[in-house]
Amino acid sequence: MMRHHVILRVITKVLIGPIILFAFYVQFHGDYSPGGGFQAGVIFAVAFILHGLVFGLSTVQKVMPPKWVHKLIALGLLIYAGTGFAGLFMGGQFLEYNVLAHDPIHGQHNGILIIELGVGMTVAAVMIAIYYAFAARPPRISDEEW
Amino acid sequence: MEILINILLFAIMVACAMAIAKIRHLFAVVMLSGAFSLLAALLFVTLDAVDVAFTEAAVGAGISTVLMLGTIALTVRREKPSYRSSFVPLLVVILTGAVLVYGTLDMPNFGDPNAVVHQHVGPEYIERIPKEVDVPNFVTAILASYRGFDTLGEVAVVFTAGIGVVLLLSGLGAKARRPKILAQNSDNNEASS
Repeated sequence: MMRHHVILRVITKVLIGPIILFAFYVQFHGDYSPGGGFQAGVIFAVAFILHGLVFGLSTVQKVMPPKWVHKLIALGLLIYAGTGFAGLFMGGQFLEYNVLAHDPIHGQHNGILIIELGVGMTVAAVMIAIYYAFAARPPRISDEEW
Repeated sequence: MEILINILLFAIMVACAMAIAKIRHLFAVVMLSGAFSLLAALLFVTLDAVDVAFTEAAVGAGISTVLMLGTIALTVRREKPSYRSSFVPLLVVILTGAVLVYGTLDMPNFGDPNAVVHQHVGPEYIERIPKEVDVPNFVTAILASYRGFDTLGEVAVVFTAGIGVVLLLSGLGAKARRPKILAQNSDNNEASS
């Protein structure tokens, strides 16, 4: 916990909103501009990691409890695989998006949007979970020693 | 102009790499490796590979730097000086480098329109994507639609890695086991008494 870094704390508070907004932009605009689930997930996780670095692990874990993070890891993969099975049940092949809407192009758009959401969820949750796992162990170097 | 930028970026990257090899203070090493990743991302931008640059900047320069710093906080700040002879490692590095350079001799020239990738795979995707997927970002179309299985596998890999780290480091297993051990102990106590 960085009690003494006033500038860092103020800048972090200003930055976290735009970072999360940018993550959503990269996530849902991935069909039109560079980006997609992987990048968006990492950027989304960065917002929480930044918050954790500056305000401490216990504060960020109030916003995003480890229990939720662990469930999100699985949920993202399930959404992806579930989209594949949805294609299967709607008369297509596994991961065939053409059947997900009334016409193939819309089906492709829907499929890509949904699986990218799954990718983003898993990646973001994994990154946050790894950060929690590292940060939760008692450090051997105190804050002042850096 | 582009060649000049490339040479400049590569020169700074080599300088970074040498500094990383020399410096013993691990905090500086981690920061330099973050800078190295950012330079690599810039190189990808000059190659028009914006998606890869994005990933490199976010993962290489962002997350892995933070994780490395977290690791330093758990271990030590300085690298232990090594007194062993560096002859064998040097030989291995030079040999590997020579093999890699030899491998590049067979590669098509940079931007060569006659390269294999530009002959049938690339044009076919460029022709098919507007008709079949209709998404302006072809990288997304290929990754999410044509290569959907591969991406599913990739997500599964990320999932497995995350679960592995959580199980190894966060002590969830220990927490789950402790009550059982206590219960067993109390059983034993009851049995002995």
